Amino acid sequence: MTLKKLMAVVAICVLPLTAWAQNGPLRIEITEGVVEPMPFAAPNFVAESGAANEFAERLARVVVSDLAGTGLFREVPRDAYISQITSFDAPVQYVDWKAINAQALVTGAVNVSGSNLSVKFRVYDVFSGTEIGSGLQFAGTTQGWRRMAHKVADQVYARITGEQPYFDSRVVYVSEQGPKDKRRKRLAIMDYDGANVQYLTGSEHLVLAPRFSPTGDRVLYTSYETGFPRIYVLEVGSVKRRVLESQDGSMSFAPRFSPDGRTVVYSLARGGNTDIFRMDVASGSSVRLTSGPAIETAPSYSPDGSRIVFESDRSGSQQIYIMSANGGEAKRISFGKGRYGTPVWSPRGDLIAFTKQSKGRFHIGVMRTDGSEERLLTASFLDEGPTWSPNGRVIMFTRETQGSAGSASLYSVDISGRNLKRIPTEGGASDPSWSPLQR
Amino acid sequence: MNMITKAVLLTSVLALAACSNKSDFVGDDVVDLNAGANTGFEGTGGANDPTSVAFFQQSVGDRVLFEVDTSTLTGQGRLILDGQTRWLTTNSDYTAIIEGHADEQGTREYNVALGERRANEVRDYLVSKGVPSSRLRVVSYGKERPIEICSQEGCYAKNRRAVTVLAAGLSG
Repeated sequence: MTLKKLMAVVAICVLPLTAWAQNGPLRIEITEGVVEPMPFAAPNFVAESGAANEFAERLARVVVSDLAGTGLFREVPRDAYISQITSFDAPVQYVDWKAINAQALVTGAVNVSGSNLSVKFRVYDVFSGTEIGSGLQFAGTTQGWRRMAHKVADQVYARITGEQPYFDSRVVYVSEQGPKDKRRKRLAIMDYDGANVQYLTGSEHLVLAPRFSPTGDRVLYTSYETGFPRIYVLEVGSVKRRVLESQDGSMSFAPRFSPDGRTVVYSLARGGNTDIFRMDVASGSSVRLTSGPAIETAPSYSPDGSRIVFESDRSGSQQIYIMSANGGEAKRISFGKGRYGTPVWSPRGDLIAFTKQSKGRFHIGVMRTDGSEERLLTASFLDEGPTWSPNGRVIMFTRETQGSAGSASLYSVDISGRNLKRIPTEGGASDPSWSPLQR
Repeated sequence: MNMITKAVLLTSVLALAACSNKSDFVGDDVVDLNAGANTGFEGTGGANDPTSVAFFQQSVGDRVLFEVDTSTLTGQGRLILDGQTRWLTTNSDYTAIIEGHADEQGTREYNVALGERRANEVRDYLVSKGVPSSRLRVVSYGKERPIEICSQEGCYAKNRRAVTVLAAGLSG
C-alpha cells in the first residue's frame, strides 16, 4: 500500500472572522521573575449543531489544559461564573467576568457536519473590555478535534505572551516495559501532552533515542535489530524504516538531523574509539568530523546549521564543546564542576540544554552558547536527555527513579526552572524528542 | 477561503502500520545477546567438561569487571582473559562476541561509547595473546542490560563488565 493511499490528508483552514486586528494591553511577559498565573475563563464552547455538543466541552477542556499546563495561566473555576456564553456573537458581559477576576476570556463555537468539524474562537481582555486579536476559525475533521483545540490554545498563548506557541506538537520517545534487567523498549509517538499514543516499532529489539526531522515527518533512531547498534530512519506516516548507517565492525548511534533535514550527524564507535561523523542522507556518503582517542558523542546542530555542539571526554571527563559543522577545532564551553553531556541547541539559538552529573546527582540545565549563565533546572537521582519545545521555552527530559523497582518517566520544566511536571504515559518512557510545531 | 494551514492526520496510518514491524533479522549466529549468559549450548557438555560452554562460563570466567568510568583491565581481569585465551585456542571452532556494559550512572550515549571501549580492551587483549581477530566481534549495550538492579555500588560493580559470549561460528 502506498503512503498516499494510507494517508488521510485533512486541511485545517483558517478564516479571519473579523477585519480588525488590534493588540490589547493584556500581556504576560515571560521573564525570569516570578510569574503570578493569569486568571482566565474558557467556558464550554457553543455547540452550533446537535452533533457538536460532545465536542463543545472537550475542546474547551483541552484549551484549558494547554493554557493552565504552562503555569502561566490559571483557570477560574466554572462554578464561579456569573454569566454563561450561549451565543458566540452576542456581546460579552465584561462586568460579569471582571467580577470573578477572569482577566482573559476565551470563547468558542463548534460546528459538526458529518465528519467535518469547525471551531471558531475569540480572546478578550476583560478589564479593558476589548478583543485581543481577531476571531479565527479552524476547519478539520472530528477525528482531529484535539489538534484543533491545541491550535486554538496556541493562538491564545501567542496573543497573550507574544511568544511562539508549542501546543500543536508531538513527541517521539521510547516506551518501556518490564523490570530493569528485562526491560523491553519500543518507539512511540504522542501529542505533546501525552494523548494519542501510537507505537512505531515492536519491542523485540532494543531501540534508543529517537530524534525528529526538522519537519516532523521522519525519525532517526538506534536499533539493535542486527545485534549491533545501527542508525535507522523511519517515516512517521508509513512506519517504513531503512538502515542509514551499517558499516560492518562498527556501531553507530546518537543521530540527529541538520536543520535542513539533508544531513545527519552521529557517533560511530570502532576499535574502542567513538567519533562524530556527518552523513548526506540522499547519497549516504559520510565525513568524519572529530578524531583522536576520546569519546565524542551526542552531537546537535545550531539552528542555522553552521555549528555543532557535542560532548567529549578529551579533557579527562565529559564536557561540552562547539565546533564548525565541517569539523575542525572545537571550543570547550562547560567549565563547572562535574560532568556535562547530551547538549542540545535551543531552536532560538541562544541556549544549550544539557545533562550534568555532579556529586552523585543528575541535573538538566541550560547555558548560553559561550558557556556563561549556567542554570540548573532540575535535580534528581537520574535526569537526562533534554529536548526543546518548538518555541524554546520548555524542556522535556527523562527521569529515572532509583533502586530495583526504578523506572523511567518523561518530565517537562520551563527554562526558568518552574512548572516541573510529569507527562502522563502508559508504562515507562524515556528519550523524548519534541517535534516542531505542526503545520 | 484563505488556506494557511495544512495538516496530515496520521492516526489511522499509524494504527494500521504499527504491527507491521516483523523481525527480519533472526538467524544470526548470535547466542542470547540479552542476558550475556551462554545458555544456548546446553547438551554440549556439563560444567565438568572442559570443552563445554558451561565450563567456559563458570571455571574459566566469561566476564571481566571495570572500575568507574574506566576501560582499563585489572590484574584479575587479565588473569581471566589469559584463561579465555587458552580456552579459545583449544576450542577453535567457537567465535565470540564481546559485550561491553556500563552501570546506570551515566548518560545513555556516553555509556554506549564506554561499553564499546571496554569490549575493545578485552578484544585487543585476547588478540595480543594470539586469538585470531576474525573470531571476535564487539558490541556495546551501554547501560541498557544491567544484570544487577539495585542502585548501589555492589550492583554497579557487577554491571561494569565485558562478557565474552560464545557462539558457534566457524563450522557454520
